[in-house]
Parts: sequence; structure tokens; C-alpha cells
Amino acid sequence: MKMPRYVLSLIILSALTWGCADTTSHSRAVYMLMDTSGTYSQQLDQAKTIINKLLISLQSGESLAVARIDSGSFSEKDIVAKVTFDQRPSVANQQKLKFKESIDMFIGGVRGSAHTDIKGAILQAVDYLDETQAAHKYIMIFSDLEEDLADGHIRNLDRITLDLTGYRVVALNVTKLGLDQVDPKRYYDRLDAWARIVKDRGGIWIKLNDIARLDRLLKPET
Amino acid sequence: MTPLQLLNIWTPYEAANVIIWLSLIILLLYLAKNPAHKTIRSLCHMISQGLEHMAVSVLAAEKKIQERNKEVLLTEGLVAVEKNIEREFHRVNTVVERDLSGFPVLKRQLLEQIARIEDDYQQSSEIPPSPPEWVEAVESLAKLPNDSNENKAVTNILREIHKTTCSQHKGAMDEYRKAVGIHHAALNNLMPYWRKLTQTLDDVGKIITGLHGRSVKIDQHMGEYEAIRARSNRAERALSSSSMTQFFISGLALAIAIWGIIINFNLIALPMSEMVGGNSYIGSMKTSDVVALVIILVEVAIGLYLMESLMITRLFPVIRQMDDKMRVRMIWLTFFFLLTLAGVEASLALMRERIALNDEALKQILSGNEVLHPTSTLIPTLGQMVLSFILPFVLTLTAIPLETFVHASRTVLGVLTAFSMRFTAFALTLSGKIISNSGEFLISVYDLIIFPPLWFEDLLFTRFKKNTYPMPLSDNELPDAMVPNDDSDLDESDTDDEIPTFTPREVTQ
Repeated sequence: MKMPRYVLSLIILSALTWGCADTTSHSRAVYMLMDTSGTYSQQLDQAKTIINKLLISLQSGESLAVARIDSGSFSEKDIVAKVTFDQRPSVANQQKLKFKESIDMFIGGVRGSAHTDIKGAILQAVDYLDETQAAHKYIMIFSDLEEDLADGHIRNLDRITLDLTGYRVVALNVTKLGLDQVDPKRYYDRLDAWARIVKDRGGIWIKLNDIARLDRLLKPET
Repeated sequence: MTPLQLLNIWTPYEAANVIIWLSLIILLLYLAKNPAHKTIRSLCHMISQGLEHMAVSVLAAEKKIQERNKEVLLTEGLVAVEKNIEREFHRVNTVVERDLSGFPVLKRQLLEQIARIEDDYQQSSEIPPSPPEWVEAVESLAKLPNDSNENKAVTNILREIHKTTCSQHKGAMDEYRKAVGIHHAALNNLMPYWRKLTQTLDDVGKIITGLHGRSVKIDQHMGEYEAIRARSNRAERALSSSSMTQFFISGLALAIAIWGIIINFNLIALPMSEMVGGNSYIGSMKTSDVVALVIILVEVAIGLYLMESLMITRLFPVIRQMDDKMRVRMIWLTFFFLLTLAGVEASLALMRERIALNDEALKQILSGNEVLHPTSTLIPTLGQMVLSFILPFVLTLTAIPLETFVHASRTVLGVLTAFSMRFTAFALTLSGKIISNSGEFLISVYDLIIFPPLWFEDLLFTRFKKNTYPMPLSDNELPDAMVPNDDSDLDESDTDDEIPTFTPREVTQ
């Protein structure tokens, strides 16, 4: 059967258009970890502000997940809310409003955890972000970075293949603890230790205390 | 063997080795002096000749390009003047068809008016009836004495006659006045015809004056046409200057149009993301941006077809060659497409306003601020919609400067190419001259490097000359063996190293 000429033209045109389409992902994916342990849970209002800023900054097709850091954070159950925004901006706006409601609800009823499993939370974040296949991946850690594992929990990263290449790990609002006032070196050692963990595994370590600079950090890249 | 080892093969002292190597090199250079000079000269000559040949070729190419430019310029000028003349003739034709086609009617009207004027004039010029001659007799009777009683009967008769005559005179005068009044009325009726006649003649005069003006313009255009046909330099300069001016003016108009395109793009890019998605990319551009840009460019293209169909521009011969029926269909089709796209743009502008409002509201919610509802968004929305609707039609007019730009850029590019080629030829000639002269410079540098043996040679020669010829000798007194060759004259300027070379003269006797 002979194919009509216009059908053939359409097929060629579609193939050309498909060929021209850019297969490189330009999207961003952000995984935010909220420390809910002990006294740090009082800082969660500030975390809400950061999440709202993230919602403003992220666009259609991009992903956002918020998870809590508790005694055992290497679990999907710790993900408070996650979303990949729709391609249409109007639908994406609706999703953002729902996401905000979920976060507000979570922060309103959060209970402080006994321990702080940051490494487990990072492993979970990498799992999630790898699935998004986003071009720019961010792990935002809203914590004092003082890890306090429960008895029996092992978080030796040397035993696990953790590749952070292409990841930007951002430490937000790293507060000074009581002992840091006594010996500031303790604070800086803690930060250096985390920076080393990230850099040794190919990631980029960023410490950000001024939330106003978050927009510049997340500036869309083309 | 490393270069350092090679350097130190003579002695253990580095400085001494350097001196030995330098001496060896200088000696070798001294021995190779003449062939080296020849090589330098021939190399420089070869390069300079090559460059000069290249310059000549480039100049020849530049001349051809200039001739071609002139050809194109004059042809375009001829076409433009032909168009102008055609337009003037068309206008003359319109005037003749519109005004002078009614000339027979006008002539008839004029003749009728003249005939009426003549009639009226004839009527007004008739002599009114004069009073009868017997009036004088009546006056004589009236002067007769009427107081005698014997002539009473006669007197009565005469009085009666006088009375009758007076009444008849009065009647005759009344008739006369009436006739004069009628004649004056006839003259009065003549006035409008005179005025009408004058007006008609004025109109004819204006038409004739207009035609005269057109004929003067046609004469001017014909003068330009003849000048171009004669390929005069003045005509070429005028056309070139005109072309440059058109290039810059149309370039300016196109730049304005590009700004219009940018504004239009910004009006529809955001809502387009709602239609095609906000996160897909073509190359490094968002698909929504590309689609918005393509829509605008399609509008511009449709505008080009519309202007071509209206025969305003001459960019697509295929459209111009269509028969009139097909062309009119093309006009309506392109106009319909344009109207549809303008409507789409207007609706996109409306959507843009709503999306912008929603985004703003969301940002306010997420920032924790109270959501402010704008009191009225009708005017800006309407403004955006109207602007989005009008811009496609405005962009249609881009076809006119685009056509001018395309035609003018051909000339401008030709002029620029010719100029760059002329400059290249100049640079090549200059380089050739520099290289040619640098040969002598390199020879001098060469001699400077080998100055110790040269100095020694000069010293030896001078001493030898002093010992052999203490007094200056004439050529006849010189021994044959030391007479300089005829072809190696002692003129310093003709020698390589300013030292004359002596060769034994062949002894023939």
C-alpha cells in the first residue's frame, strides 16, 4: 500500500522535531532534611520559611521532597511530602499550595526525636534524588549537624558506596550548641568533618546561614 | 647527546666552549657570506614579487567587483526610474481619463453658454422705440396763444389734441421704460453664465497646469533615465548615495521592528508555557519560548506574503506572477491567517495576565503576606490584549523596510567588499615593499654578525694595498693581475660588502 505524501511529510517533520529536541535535563530536584531532634525542633518555623522559598523558586517539571531527621532516618516513612511539579504552571501552583498545607500540618504537630540520624537521612535523599534524574540535585540539611545515633545503628559510610558527584549539599542554619560556646573549635571541626564527607564522595559542600542567599544558590541554570 | 654535552665537547670550561662555538659559527657564516647574501636577496625578491602579483590579482578582482556593483546599481536605478516614470504616466492617464474624457461635454457646455450669452447680448443691445416725431408738433401746438375768443374753438381742439398727445407720450415712455427694464433683466441673467464660464475655464486651466507639472516631473525622470543609460559617474554616485541612505534608514526601521518582535514575544512567552509545558527544552531554549518566537516569525512571514499579494513589495516573484483572481484569494487567505493569529495572541495576553496574577498571589501566600487583590485589572488586561492583537498587523509592515534593506544591502555589501579588497591590495603591496627592502637590512645584520672576519679582511686588504701601491696609480700603471674587473666597478653602492673583489685578469698577450 502506498503511503500518502502528506503522511510521509508529517512523519519526517516529527522525526526532525524529535531529533532537535534537547534530551539533556535542565531541571532541579531538592531534598530538604529537617532536624526534629531535641531543642532544634524549635527552629522548624524557620524551616517553613525556607520551604516556602523553595516552592517559589522551583518551576514546572522540578521536584521537591521534605523529610525529617529522626532516630532512624533511612526510611521512606520519614518523607513528609514530595512532589514533582506539573508541566503546566497553573497546575504546578495548585501543587505548591497543597505542599505548603502538608508542611504546615507537619510542623504544627511535630514531636522531637530522641536521636539524630543525619547520615541515614542523606542516604535516603540520594536514593530519592537519583530517581528524579534531575540535572541539578540539592540536599539541604536544616540541622545543627550534631549526629547522635541510637544504640545499634551503624552509619559507617566507608562500607557503603555513596557517590555524591553532581550533588550540592547545603547546610542551613547550623546553630552553635552549648559546648560550642565553650570551645568554638568543636563547631568548626563538626563542619569540617561533614564537608570532608561530602567532598570525598565528589559532592559540593555549601554552608549557608543567610537564607536570603538561597535564591541565588538555586538560580535556574540553562 | 644532549645540547649541553654538545656545547662542552671542546674544553671543560663553559665560557671557553661558548667562545669556540661562536667563533666557529662566525667563521662558517663568513665563508658562506656570498651564497647567503644571494639567498637572502632572492628569497626577499621572490616573496615581494609574489605579494605584488597577489596585489595585482586582488586589484583586478576588485575592479571586476566594482564593475559588477556598478552594473547592479545602474540596473536597479533604471528599474526604479522606470517605475517612477510608469507611475507618473499612470497619474497622467488617471487625470486624462477622469477630467479630460469629459472634454467634448465640456466643450458643448461652453458652446451652449456662449450661445446663450450671445442671445442675451443681442436682446440687450436692441434699441428701444423712440418717442414719435409728432411730439414736436404737439409742443408747437401747445405754444400757440389760447386766450383769444375767436380761436376758442380751435383752441379747444388743440387742447384736446395736446391732451391726447400727452397721454400717448406717457404711454410711449412707459413702454420704453418697460423695454429697457426687460433688456436690463436679460443682461442680469447673463451674469451667472459668465461666472459659470469663468469657473469652467478655471477648472480646465487647473487640469492643464497639473498636467504641465506632471510633464515636468516626467522630464526630470527621463533625464535621470538617460543619465543612467549613459552610465555616467554622476548617476552612479547619486544611486550609490541613495542606496546607502536607504540601507541605513531601512536598517533603523528593521531595528524598530525587532524591538516590536521582542515586546510581542514577552507578551506571549509566559502563557505559551501553559500550553506546551514549562520544562521542556529545544537546545538551550525553553520549548515555550521557541514556540512563541516561531508564532511571531510565522506572523511576519504571513505579513510578507500579504504585502506581496497586495503588490506593495517585490520579494516573491511567484506571488506576483499569479493571476489576479488567485492573488486576491491569496490576500484573503493570508489576511485570515493573520487575523486568526492576532486573535490567538490577544487571548494569550489575557491568559498571561491571569497567570501573572495567580503567580503573584501564590508568592504572597508562600511569603506569609496577606494576599492583596488588585482593585481593577481590566485596563492593563485590555491594553495587553489590544497590543497583542495589533502587533501582528504592525509587523506585517516590516516587509517594506525588509525589501529595501535586501536591495540596498546588495549594493552596500558590494561597496564594502570592493573597499576591503582595495585595502588588501594596498596591504599586500606595502608588505612586498617592506620585504623587498628588508633583504638589504638582513644582509646588513648578517654582516654585523660576521664583523670580526670582515674587519680582519678589510685590514689585510688595506695593508696589502698600501704595501703594493704606496702612491695612487692610474689604471694604466696597475699591474694586470690587480686591475679591477670591468664589470666589478669600484662604486661602493654596487658591491655587497663595500670591498671590491679582484680577480686575475686574463692575460691575452
